[in-house]
Amino acid sequence: MEKFTKLTGVAAPLPILNIDTDMIIPKQFLKTIKRTGLGKNLFEEMRYTGDGKENPDFVLNRPAYRKASILVTGANFGCGSSREHAPWALADFGIRCVIAASFADIFYSNCFKNGILPIRLDQADVDKLMDDAQRGANAVVSIDLDKQEITGPDGGCIRFDIDPFRKHCLLNGLDDIGLTLQKQPKIEDFESRRKLEQPWL
Amino acid sequence: MAKARTLFDKIWDAHLVDVQEDGTCLLYIDRHLIHEVTSPQAFEGLRTTGRPVRHPGSTLLVADHNVPTTDRSKGIENEESRIQVQALEDNARHFGLEYLAMDDIRQGIVHIVGPEQGFTLPGTTIVCGDSHTSTHGAFGALAFGIGTSEVEHVLATQTLVQRPAKNMLVRVDGALPEGVTAKDLVLAIIGRLGTAGGTGYVIEYAGEAIRKLSVEGRMTVCNMTIEAGARAGLIAPDEATFDYVRGRPKAPKGAAWEAALAYWRTLKTDDGAHFDAEVVIDAAGLVPMVTWGTSPEDVLPITAVVPDPAAIQDPAKRAAVERSLAYMGLVPGTPLEQVKVDTVFIGSCTNGRIEDLRAAAKVLEGRKVVADVRVLVVPGSGLVKEQAEQEGLDKIFLAAGAEWREPGCSMCLAMNADKLAEGERSASTSNRNFEGRQGRGGRTHLVSPTMAAAAAVTGHLTDVRKLV
Ligand code: SF4
Repeated sequence: MEKFTKLTGVAAPLPILNIDTDMIIPKQFLKTIKRTGLGKNLFEEMRYTGDGKENPDFVLNRPAYRKASILVTGANFGCGSSREHAPWALADFGIRCVIAASFADIFYSNCFKNGILPIRLDQADVDKLMDDAQRGANAVVSIDLDKQEITGPDGGCIRFDIDPFRKHCLLNGLDDIGLTLQKQPKIEDFESRRKLEQPWL
Repeated sequence: MAKARTLFDKIWDAHLVDVQEDGTCLLYIDRHLIHEVTSPQAFEGLRTTGRPVRHPGSTLLVADHNVPTTDRSKGIENEESRIQVQALEDNARHFGLEYLAMDDIRQGIVHIVGPEQGFTLPGTTIVCGDSHTSTHGAFGALAFGIGTSEVEHVLATQTLVQRPAKNMLVRVDGALPEGVTAKDLVLAIIGRLGTAGGTGYVIEYAGEAIRKLSVEGRMTVCNMTIEAGARAGLIAPDEATFDYVRGRPKAPKGAAWEAALAYWRTLKTDDGAHFDAEVVIDAAGLVPMVTWGTSPEDVLPITAVVPDPAAIQDPAKRAAVERSLAYMGLVPGTPLEQVKVDTVFIGSCTNGRIEDLRAAAKVLEGRKVVADVRVLVVPGSGLVKEQAEQEGLDKIFLAAGAEWREPGCSMCLAMNADKLAEGERSASTSNRNFEGRQGRGGRTHLVSPTMAAAAAVTGHLTDVRKLV
């Protein structure tokens, strides 16, 4: 997995509540058997009109935000389906960090498996960054995961919280499966115990 | 004396393989369900790293999202869908896993197949790359949806890296009134909690109204728990649960059954156990529900009118309601009963079981679907379909003017050919009314099976209590 240490980039504002994973990547794109290539269909139904043309009003189609790498958005982002295609589409587009007051659980955890940093902040801090993000190409925001700090375009600094283990994995680009396989003896112990206690399983 | 524990705590503790210093847990997974949409990349990961599946016997594969609900003898027409289903089949063969093929009578929606086969058992941990895995919580199993990377993790290690959830109790006192179903109950609960109200929690449902629900009704409630943001719903198993499980193909038999039963009877929340949040609902006050917006929390009694955004103080919420109403093509103040529908969908893992079909058939019997309204009845599995046909339900649907289809997810998410056209409006027994969920520009109203049948015979959203 790609490491996440520091990120400096344009932050795009998407002030909509409850953006679900169907909105992030609609089901017709779930037919792929690959992880890549979904970026062009990120937010498909908001981003393109029915006949496939770009909707010029949608934030990621505006010149200043076409290369945004940070998304500032409404609460409960990523609710709905568990599809990991949502973080894959974000990552493929180039979004490495999403900032919101809250996230749906499954989406939140899926981000960490794909080198995306989801940051939860108080609504007041999100509102401030949302204002900053409205400044187009000047909406440059820096994120330092190690220090757990966000620096806005005016230099103002916001601290954020993150689970230490998840931070460690993201900073070092660690593969969960590899880490778990190191605990193989414990898994084997558990399985022998289960065989005795719940032989029907 | 041991500390009083919730049902969630008990199942959690029983599955801990390891707890790190920082509190991160490694949780053992007993049962892994797999469908074609969220698994190809996970299997690809295993192939690339050369890792085997740790516990093939704990894994069950079935295709449901992409399968056609019309004649299957010629296979799947859409190329991408065909490739995805083929990939599932190839992966099953390559890794030596059990796969229920499209022409197997046991094929169906993964969350209907698991319980039907007795793969879903009380006290187990169950995962699937699908958010409605919460369904299986109806059996007192800790069941939740995971992403594809986690699917790969479970395949390779039979475990998951997790942090414990918080406990929420939703207690439903009293009895549901006549004409009010499990679906109405769960919609009301989501309306009360909001779509993020359960985030970070596992919800245990208890109380008289829950106990009185059939096991299938309990599945409907647990199924939609994710729509309130909680990854899992739980209902303590009881005699009704055991009766449902007994004799299923994969359920324990003989002495193993007796031993399992003795353990399963211990699976309940201890008196005095701590919940981080508690919600009490009075069942007697509930009426049939319907959604008006584009989030399952946008729900009201069928007797209500379309809400007016002007009355909402919070600007973000007001904007969300305005956006929903514009998408749904609804005018504030319109009585919900006057909203006309074009399509009725009866099916999905929320309401595609035999009791749902019976309930819908009861309303449709001796009545006719309104001209121009398309009605799709899609059983949740081949076995549900067979049972319905034995009971003659298919004849009732067909005589009323509905279509009787092959099992699958169908118009719940419209990944196959069953979808709404732009601007079309449905009354649907599925679980999500998101923008575009049933087809780009499609407008979804979530209802119970009886409410869906009522809309089919009147052509508009209808209080089913007037028809029975
Ligand atoms: S029926 Fe709908 S919600 Fe259920 S598994 Fe299929 S697509 Fe998902």
